[in-house]
Amino acid sequence: MTGTPAVAIEEIGRSTLGEVEYIGALAVQFWQSLRGIKAINPFALHPLRWRRAIDEMVAAGVGAVPIVALTAFCSGLILAFQGGSELRKLGALELVIPLVAIGITREAGPLITAITVSGRSGSAFSAEIGAMVITDEISVLKTMALDPVQVIVSPKFLALLVVMPCLTVVADLAGILAGGWFVHSTIGTSLWLYMRAALDSLYIRDILSGLMKSIVFATLITQVGCLQGFRVKGGPEAVGRAATSAVVRAIFTVIVADLLFTALFYVVWP
Amino acid sequence: MGNASVVVVRDLVVKYGGRTILDHINLDIRRGEVLVLLGGSGSGKSTLLRHLIGLEKPQSGSIIVKGVDINQCSEAELTQVRRSIGVSFQNAALFGSMTVSENVAFPLLERTRLVDSTIEEVVLLKLAQVGLVHFGAFYPSQLSGGMLKRASVARATALDPEILFFDEPSAGLDPITAAGIDELIVYMKNALQMTVLVVTHELQSAFKIADRLAFLRDQKLVAIGPTDSIAQSTDPWVRQFLDRLPDRTSDDKTELLQQLAERLGVQCPKN
Repeated sequence: MTGTPAVAIEEIGRSTLGEVEYIGALAVQFWQSLRGIKAINPFALHPLRWRRAIDEMVAAGVGAVPIVALTAFCSGLILAFQGGSELRKLGALELVIPLVAIGITREAGPLITAITVSGRSGSAFSAEIGAMVITDEISVLKTMALDPVQVIVSPKFLALLVVMPCLTVVADLAGILAGGWFVHSTIGTSLWLYMRAALDSLYIRDILSGLMKSIVFATLITQVGCLQGFRVKGGPEAVGRAATSAVVRAIFTVIVADLLFTALFYVVWP
Repeated sequence: MGNASVVVVRDLVVKYGGRTILDHINLDIRRGEVLVLLGGSGSGKSTLLRHLIGLEKPQSGSIIVKGVDINQCSEAELTQVRRSIGVSFQNAALFGSMTVSENVAFPLLERTRLVDSTIEEVVLLKLAQVGLVHFGAFYPSQLSGGMLKRASVARATALDPEILFFDEPSAGLDPITAAGIDELIVYMKNALQMTVLVVTHELQSAFKIADRLAFLRDQKLVAIGPTDSIAQSTDPWVRQFLDRLPDRTSDDKTELLQQLAERLGVQCPKN
């Protein structure tokens, strides 16, 4: 009677405080890395961080194009099949075109991109930084009077901020193309006509809201991935755990943020 | 060479979760000396080092490096202090994604406004000092343990620090390689007039390189003095450490055997 409920409440309180502290740490790191981006200057005497940012862009961006395109293509097809099976009953199969176009640009494109990038880059960030923590490389930076967040996180942050919207555009294109394939093989519409119809059904705000989301997702993936890395304590197995939790936490925060933004756009851009 | 202290530690207390790691440490590092900090595993010597270089903040007490209290000063002052120290970590901690040359060049690129050709020359000079001139293009994963240590010294000295900190410089090295690192430390002191603090548990190298020795035991600094006088010390624990004798807690092996035999229900052979 005395022990268990009190212990349970204590545990709830402790984990709540832990999460609040985590969000605080995310905010501090976000601010620090944002300030660090200002120092990334391609025209500096030694554009070390600029070069690092370019490397990150190649790794996180160019490297992700095939998998993002393929995943988005599949999601576009799935969306077309699911929508088509219902719309067929109404005899309005051609409505698959706006369904795919809007569904992909507003929702599936940014989300698929974010999940893929979480898996590829979020885990890589946390593993890289976690390994640097256990080998004292982070300590070395500190003893050189360098802020590890500005040296390591800022280039990654800049890279994802640039790369995520680009990948989202790629995902949008691939997803819409998949819809075209479906419509072509069911109703027989030519791809050219399909693209015209798809673009006609889109407003610029559909694409913009997707791109805005992708920038938010880029922020979340970088900050969560890097923070999990900095929090590594102990040995190599902690690095693996950090990578796992980076992906899980990143995807979770991405989906929560997606919900918030979708609700917001529902109100402001009906 | 004056005897002024470049690092002054006063009443340093460090606790982790209620456990005392360092208990009222008072320590002076004098300009131009090699001070070796000796102690067993878990004596808190690595923790003391991490506090001296400002990686962690103590519960109480002060650490004054070149007249600046590193736990009270402004960010700019701390940056200034950090420019005058170099650290060689236990596992070398070279950046794995960069070559040895890039590692040495890194502090120069980040912290100075030297032009590329000058930086190249400085890197060559620093690599020459540690005998790694031909290994600049190698990655850390391609080097042996001793070479990694040397490379980390080259990087630590890239900005010509006044004070050099070594964490376990000869840990995990064979005797010949370890002797080479010892020689390098003495060279840093003599030729470059650096002040050096070495944290180690290797007695041989400690006596070879130290001007003064300090002993940490059970979170306290138990003895400090010139190498000769420490060698003559009569303090029982210092003697035990110097003579490499094990702790005498439960040394009666026959008694242990007896107990084991009873548990297993067998007869213990009498010797």
